[in-house]
Amino acid sequence: MLAAAGVLAACAPDVGGGSSTAGGNTASAGAAGGNNASNCTNTIPKKDLPVVTFWGWYPNMQLVVDNFNKQNNEVQVCWTNVGQGGDEYDKFQTAISAGTGAPDVIMIEADRIPTFQIQNALVDIKKYGYDAVKDNYSAGAWKDVTIRDGIYGVPVDGGPMAMIYRKDIFEKYKITPPKTWAEYERAAQKVKDAGGPLFGDLGANVPAVMMALQIQKGAHPFTYDPAKPETIGIKLNDQASKDVLEYWGRLAKKGLVGTQDQFTPEYIAGVVNGKYATYISAAWAPGYLTGAGVGKGEDTGTWAVAPLPQWDPDNPVQVNWGGSAFSVTSQAKNPELAAKVAYGLYADDESLTDGWTNQIIFPLNLKALNSSDFVNAKVAFFDGQQANKEVYVPAANAYQGMTYAPFGQYYYDAMTKQISAMIEGSVTGSQAADRLQEDVVNYAKEQGFTVQ
Amino acid sequence: MTLLIEESAARTQKKTKKVRGKVRLREHVMGWLFVGPFGIVFLALLIAPLAYAFYLSLWQKKLIGGVSFVFLGNYVKAFTDPTFLSGVWFVIRFSLVAIPLQIIVALVMALILDGVTSLFTRFSRLMIFLPYAIPTVIGAVMWGFLYSKSFGPLSDIFGLFGATAPDFFSKNLIFYGLVNIVTWQWSGYYMIILYAALQGIDPALYEAARMDGAGKWQIALRIKIPLIAPALLLILVFSLIGTLQFFNEPQILRNLAAGTISPGFTPNMYAYQQAFGLANFTYGSAISFALGGVVFACVYLFLFFTRKRRSFF
Repeated sequence: MLAAAGVLAACAPDVGGGSSTAGGNTASAGAAGGNNASNCTNTIPKKDLPVVTFWGWYPNMQLVVDNFNKQNNEVQVCWTNVGQGGDEYDKFQTAISAGTGAPDVIMIEADRIPTFQIQNALVDIKKYGYDAVKDNYSAGAWKDVTIRDGIYGVPVDGGPMAMIYRKDIFEKYKITPPKTWAEYERAAQKVKDAGGPLFGDLGANVPAVMMALQIQKGAHPFTYDPAKPETIGIKLNDQASKDVLEYWGRLAKKGLVGTQDQFTPEYIAGVVNGKYATYISAAWAPGYLTGAGVGKGEDTGTWAVAPLPQWDPDNPVQVNWGGSAFSVTSQAKNPELAAKVAYGLYADDESLTDGWTNQIIFPLNLKALNSSDFVNAKVAFFDGQQANKEVYVPAANAYQGMTYAPFGQYYYDAMTKQISAMIEGSVTGSQAADRLQEDVVNYAKEQGFTVQ
Repeated sequence: MTLLIEESAARTQKKTKKVRGKVRLREHVMGWLFVGPFGIVFLALLIAPLAYAFYLSLWQKKLIGGVSFVFLGNYVKAFTDPTFLSGVWFVIRFSLVAIPLQIIVALVMALILDGVTSLFTRFSRLMIFLPYAIPTVIGAVMWGFLYSKSFGPLSDIFGLFGATAPDFFSKNLIFYGLVNIVTWQWSGYYMIILYAALQGIDPALYEAARMDGAGKWQIALRIKIPLIAPALLLILVFSLIGTLQFFNEPQILRNLAAGTISPGFTPNMYAYQQAFGLANFTYGSAISFALGGVVFACVYLFLFFTRKRRSFF
């Protein structure tokens, strides 16, 4: 179960940071190809063409790489899976520090791009054909991979957020999907008063969710000045951030939501057993949950999805959790050729269709996102609900993009620490925000940033 | 004549000296050849990385502004860094609780196995040793399941008495949860070392003691334990070094309890986090060396306080 959770959380963001030794069950960890094109996992069909090395962990990567190699007459991809999320980043980080050993193209979650860009480990690929594919992705998708006018990755999959819920529980306690967070709290109280299960979960190990929910309320955690790369704006304790932390802290304190770490066997067991009425998560969640054994057997068809609750229903804001991009590393021997791979890989119809029909990715490529097959698809996990049309595609289209931290790992670890303290009850939500601000600002200063 | 003989004697002496010198030289070369493979590996894989890590630890790397030489600045920072200090404090507290517990369990088991001879001895010895044969990672994952509120047996057992099971992943209990795992894993190994030492004692001593009227308890306390004191000291030092470098179990259980086990939970985890998570190899190296200093100081103090009168130091 643990291993399954790790492997099938294909597009799920890195959990807990550092290294996910127990969860990251990967094929060839350690056999890192790096710049060495001799040990690819795939077989290169056109041997006389130049080769670009690539690290990635999508479960259907083999097919995607084969499709690319078959269709391309200019360059071939040599692919290795060195682990997903944290495992891969640790290896990439080591290769950056060593100055050698990184691949030419690498799959990175969008929120980690600034962390590597700040170390000059990624190449701005704007001049290598951005204009040709610009219209294939939404503005929000591009913003996630843009830093100071530079394009540091090609969006592949995204995670527009929504509220997944148990229809049977909602029916039993006679509640309708809440449209606002106030309604969410009232519904949670109603279920609890009637002796029902927990309404949701506040996991200390998923700080990216908290960040997204804070941004939804209008927080701007990080801002850059395009002209001055050494300056950064950090605002982690503004009113919006505090409000959201207070909100979840209150729900946890009242016992309306659980406080279990997510992506753990414990949490998934809870989800399977109907311990949680809702799961605030992203568009990749159905695939992840299906793989983890949720919604099977007698629970088939118990799940449905509704748009993410809003703070102000008149001005809805859509946010994102997870999703990855393909970036060209500065160790690439031929950046132009590498950029061709980054732009072209997983962008053909066949690969995209395989990705979304098998619930591996929520595609950001508009060719797939706007195709009627995708939009009208009836999702089996949601009992045939047209989840894309009703919830996810509108959310993806309304998504405006977010600005991520250039020290994402530190920020997430610090956030986890504060959420954990808040759950424990030693700090209030506001205090947690203040401490987080102090912690992260100190780190940024120590790392040489001018903090505004 | 005599002169001649003396001369030839001197000559033969010279000759043998020469031959001996040759033999000695050959022995030298042979000796180095035998030591060579080990020496090369030792230098390349231990001394060189250590030297390089120490060199790194004298530099400071920033995300903005790059690398600069700070000499011992990182060490000053480490010993004023609350995360590092709380990690050090944790492993010291942990050592004070976990090591005596492991040793007592190991000693009692070894004494029982040594004193009792039955069909079960061999079987029990194997069973007690078995946890050590299970890789740490697998052991930790297994305990992760055993501690689980929904999968583990704890909730069932406590449920029988109408009590709620303790959550070993909570901030208050994680300490004891880890003590339990470590004791389970290592006691068997220490037991084997002590058992081997006990087997090495001459049984004539027991007979003599019995003749003097010593009972089983007295034999155990006055004869066996003093005689295996060197083995006890050895495993105490081993376990002290190992526990101060605590890494595997908390690092793995972090996947199940990220809020409780922070990246700086133990100094070794902190060094790993700095080097590989936060791209700060220089500070990570400094943390490692600072931890090395702490380990050295603790072991020195330990040996100092347990020294036999007029034996060493």
